[in-house]
Amino acid sequence: MTSTFILGAVAYDPKVVTIWDGFKDHFAANGLAFDYILYSNYEAQVRGQFAGHCHVAWNSPLAWIEAERLAARQGRTARAVAMRDTDRDLTSVVVARRDSGIAGPADLKGRKVAVGAVDSPQATLIPLEHLAAAGLAAGSDFEVVHFNIGEGKHGDHIGGERDAARALMAGEVDACCILDANRLLFAREATLPSERTVVIAETEPFDHCNFTVLDDAPEALVRRFVEILLAMSFSDPAVRPLLEMEGLRQWLPGRTTGYGALNRAVDRTGFLEPFLDG
Amino acid sequence: MRVDLEGIGLDGGGDLLLKRALRRLPDGGGLEVTGSHPELALQLRTWARIAGLGHEPADAATGRPARLIRTERFEHAPTERAGRAGLDGVADHAPPHWGLAGRSAEVELGGPTFDFGLVDKAELWADDAARLYARAAAAQWDPDSAIDWTAPIEHDEEIEDAVVQVMTYLIENETAALLVPARFLARLHPHFREVMQLLAMQAAEEARHIEVFTRRALMRRPALGLSTTGGQASLKTLIDEPDFALASFLLSVMGEGSFLVLLDFLHQTGPDPITRAVCRLAAQDEARHVAFGLAHLRRHAQEDPALPARLAQAMHRRHAELAQTAGLNERVFESLTLMAAGGYAPHAIARGHARVMQLQADMDMARRTSLAKLGFPAEEAAALSRLHTRNFM
Repeated sequence: MTSTFILGAVAYDPKVVTIWDGFKDHFAANGLAFDYILYSNYEAQVRGQFAGHCHVAWNSPLAWIEAERLAARQGRTARAVAMRDTDRDLTSVVVARRDSGIAGPADLKGRKVAVGAVDSPQATLIPLEHLAAAGLAAGSDFEVVHFNIGEGKHGDHIGGERDAARALMAGEVDACCILDANRLLFAREATLPSERTVVIAETEPFDHCNFTVLDDAPEALVRRFVEILLAMSFSDPAVRPLLEMEGLRQWLPGRTTGYGALNRAVDRTGFLEPFLDG
Repeated sequence: MRVDLEGIGLDGGGDLLLKRALRRLPDGGGLEVTGSHPELALQLRTWARIAGLGHEPADAATGRPARLIRTERFEHAPTERAGRAGLDGVADHAPPHWGLAGRSAEVELGGPTFDFGLVDKAELWADDAARLYARAAAAQWDPDSAIDWTAPIEHDEEIEDAVVQVMTYLIENETAALLVPARFLARLHPHFREVMQLLAMQAAEEARHIEVFTRRALMRRPALGLSTTGGQASLKTLIDEPDFALASFLLSVMGEGSFLVLLDFLHQTGPDPITRAVCRLAAQDEARHVAFGLAHLRRHAQEDPALPARLAQAMHRRHAELAQTAGLNERVFESLTLMAAGGYAPHAIARGHARVMQLQADMDMARRTSLAKLGFPAEEAAALSRLHTRNFM
């Protein structure tokens, strides 16, 4: 395990195998022996990393917080070494039908709000935190309707948000919480036409995935891993398909300043306690 | 530079206007964006992130509009032209990454590579391919209207049996003639568009021949006639031949060349108007198949002087493989004789037999002529022609 650098990733979609096989070849071509382990859920991945099964974990924002907090409990440290350009400064929005009379968060009192998977930062935890900060408690001030696709995958599967959007248009719920990029996508594909719907709230910007390492990771290999990532160019035809599949144009150094809203969300709800105590 | 989107959003086509403007900017160049869509600010920020652009939100205090900044990550796919559009732009070698792109298309690099096996112009191209394709496209016929299926069939039952037996033989030969080009079609690099089109047309034409021969055979009988081991063994050597030049030589030049003579014979001797019509129409198509086979093999032989020797070897090999088989199905031979005879009277049979002997001599002559066109000296052509399968195809 010392000479081969091992990455952990969650298999939220079959393409994950194609992606990491491709990266494996690219790392090998650049002199880094690389392999990967797939997990069916982020909690298993975080525990696997703490058990020493992988050197770096491709973590969702929630998995990052799980790792960070687990490390703190154990007197260890976790850090984010790289992320995608598209992982920075996302927002989530709350959308309502234009004809519903709902113009702002206060109008959601007594209504039904569709969210994504129970562990989705962008479609559940962060937008509900935003509403809570505005004085609206989920479950008591409004009813939360979950669209759970792939629990344990932290909302990586877009299906939950799409189902929430469809439920809004079908009149089954009064609002839905989705990522800004999905707002644009669903408007374009007419799942959620912008002339019939309105954004009634927008969260503060937050960051999404990062590559997480723990304090016992082999430093030279981590450095080489990050160097190779940061050198990948979108204009290089050999790596461009990999970048497109992974949804980025450029790898950037990791940062952890964009997880404030999600930290507050899990603090308010105690969402992570069962995991951290488990 | 500034773009005013007026009331449209990036979900309603606004991105098209932005891309048009951004393409005119150098990397680092800024594009001011204004508009009245209620979600414009949100959309611009989201789209900039996805599209790899820098973004500065509008500043209400100063009245400065939102700006998008072009970066090196925006639309920088390296591309390559897949040859040139015209016939003079056909590449000698078509690389796998051109894939399904039409000739002269701008192909993004980094895409999938395709496992096409036939990628070299020298081994597959015919300068005549475009013209032959155009001729084929113009010569397609509808079996329903091209043939009068109500024409009378007045011959006796034994002659009808002979027709059914000959049709049975034609059908399995045409099936081989469909499968062979279809298999190479699937391996051919689409860069060689005219050849691809021609092979597709060839397969479609054989499909139609199979239809009309089957229809004719089943007009008076509930089932087809005898399919022999010898006939199938002979055709299997065509199906199994992996080399395009050799398969094309054995099928199109030797096989279909002989077959063309046979169809002419059936057009002349067929006992009823329907049999004569289906054979006449099929012969028109087969003539083009022979012409293409000859054209690309002649060109190939010019580029590769070793080709004629390989073709000759293929003839010898096939002859050796089939030496132990029975050759032409006896019933087919008898059926051809009976059809040419028109009845079982001895003098008629003698006439029929003589005509079938002449048919075989005509086939031999057709093969020798084709071999000569490929550059074989007369003596070698005669020797090679004698090696041709006794099954005709």
